Amino acid sequence: MTTTHDERSAAANAAAAAPRARRTRKGGDARSQRRLAALLLSPTLLVLALVIGYPVLAGFRESLFARGEGLDENGFVVEGTRFVGLDNYTAIFSGDGADAFWNAFGNTSFFTFTTVILETVIGVGMALIMHQAFRGRAFVRASILVPWAIPTAISGLLWRWIFQADGAANAVLRQQILWTADGFPAKLAVITAEVWKTSPFIGLLVLAGLQMIPRDVYEAARVDGATAFQQFRSITLPLVKPALLVAVLFRMLDVLRMFDLPAVLIGVNQDSVETLTMIAWFEASNLRYGSAAAYATILFVYIALIAYLFVKLLGADIIGEAREQTKRAERTKHADRRRKTKAVAS
Amino acid sequence: MTGSRTRRILSYVGIAAVAVYCLAPFYWMTISAFRRPQDQFDNSIVPIRWSLENFTAVFRGDNGFGRALLNSLVVAGLTTVLTLIIGIFTAYALARLRFRFKNALLGLIIATTMFPGISQLVPLLKLFTDIGWINTYQAMIVPSLGFALPLSIWLLNAFFRQLPFELEQAAMVDGCTRGQAFRKIIVPLAAPGVFTTAILTFIAAWNEFLIALSMVNEKDMQTATVAISKFTGVSGFDQPFGTQMAAGVIVTVPLIVVVLIFQRRIVAGLTAGGVK
Repeated sequence: MTTTHDERSAAANAAAAAPRARRTRKGGDARSQRRLAALLLSPTLLVLALVIGYPVLAGFRESLFARGEGLDENGFVVEGTRFVGLDNYTAIFSGDGADAFWNAFGNTSFFTFTTVILETVIGVGMALIMHQAFRGRAFVRASILVPWAIPTAISGLLWRWIFQADGAANAVLRQQILWTADGFPAKLAVITAEVWKTSPFIGLLVLAGLQMIPRDVYEAARVDGATAFQQFRSITLPLVKPALLVAVLFRMLDVLRMFDLPAVLIGVNQDSVETLTMIAWFEASNLRYGSAAAYATILFVYIALIAYLFVKLLGADIIGEAREQTKRAERTKHADRRRKTKAVAS
Repeated sequence: MTGSRTRRILSYVGIAAVAVYCLAPFYWMTISAFRRPQDQFDNSIVPIRWSLENFTAVFRGDNGFGRALLNSLVVAGLTTVLTLIIGIFTAYALARLRFRFKNALLGLIIATTMFPGISQLVPLLKLFTDIGWINTYQAMIVPSLGFALPLSIWLLNAFFRQLPFELEQAAMVDGCTRGQAFRKIIVPLAAPGVFTTAILTFIAAWNEFLIALSMVNEKDMQTATVAISKFTGVSGFDQPFGTQMAAGVIVTVPLIVVVLIFQRRIVAGLTAGGVK
């Protein structure tokens, strides 16, 4: 209704003004919009350039330098660093460093692979349960937020406590496993804690996707004689897939840079759970900045590669919805019509 | 009929399983916090004797936990406020104004969330060392802005898109300036979305660990999460789990209360953002 009012007054203006004057006014409006946009966007761009753009570039530069070695023995604080080219990288990929690197690389990939699969399976299961729930849905939705709200470092401590030699996990399993010592149990402990914390989050997102699916779609399928499993495979999964893919992508990116949980739960510099972020952090905390930056750069490239492959192969469209909306907004002017199409599309 | 009944029972069993899965570890943390230190390793489901000893131990002088809580509050609070101020402008421009490269820009902002924190750490650590920012609040707040901004812009953008901007145009036709129209029409309508974003940003900033751990080496400036992970036991060797669980409860319970009160908003925010 407001639109018509707007249009009417615009029409009145247009009728009153000469065509040429009207064109300049419109052009001026577009220009002032652009100028305003630039003004409003610049603080964000400035902050992101300073806090993300600069460090990534500076980090790459840093990875080509190393501290002067001879000077250290004199006990002086080293002023100058020297350019070493790709030495920091070759040191990572060869010699003693290679084992540590491939171990960390393997751990990072292993954690990502296992936790994301488990999270997705458990999360989808949780969402289906909640969607079917007759009563108590609000209660479960509340309890699902609890693991999410606990700080990761605290949940690391919590699980360290549970996985103590004489802790709750061993009491429940009636085993005597040294979870928090090095070795495979340590990996299991980290995976358990990570999956516990994040699968409710996926569950929540999938539940939101499920609630968007109109019920009559299922009814039609049932009339046509589709089994529950067929309904899940050909209705639920395809319709929930876009939301799920984005959630999984962000989970993956998050696990790839995992630090808090293994660092608190098991400890830094433990072979079994050392991730790429942990190894880079350890180097940095020992003031080997060049080497730390090299590890960070490798991790950065790895994450970018995985994100690229994920988007390319599976077609996860992160800003897709926003783009659709922009297009639609340009096509149709009426606000309520726009809202309706959006509800149907999503 | 029996089919629907078994379905009903199965649904309750499922609900119970999900609730136990989510709550059992948290229950264990709370219960462990209320045990007496000498019963700490007792694995009974309810403490033999309830005690607040762990909670008093948390605030013992050498832990500096009160100060750490204050630090967390300052860092997370300021991060949230700054993020919102900057983020609202940007999200408004993205949702409302028409200009080129809008989607590319949104994509770029989202892409920055995937950058690993560690690749920021080394250059910022060096930079902050040079300008004397180590052991200051700003050394934790400024990097946190970089993590919090993309997330909150994404959320705010999703919320702002649903606003009836035609109302704003109508107000401008009726003689409001753009600023007035924004303040009087859009801000009140956008308040719920902004509030949701504020909660999510605050929680993310409150939970931050890597930067807080690296930028600070003085006990007085540690945030709560870092301080708890560094609690030392009486002998300095054994880990004071009881105290740590009590501190964990103190740090977590206010968060959980807020989350439960604003449950609907947070779920709306998480599903709109789907980011973190």
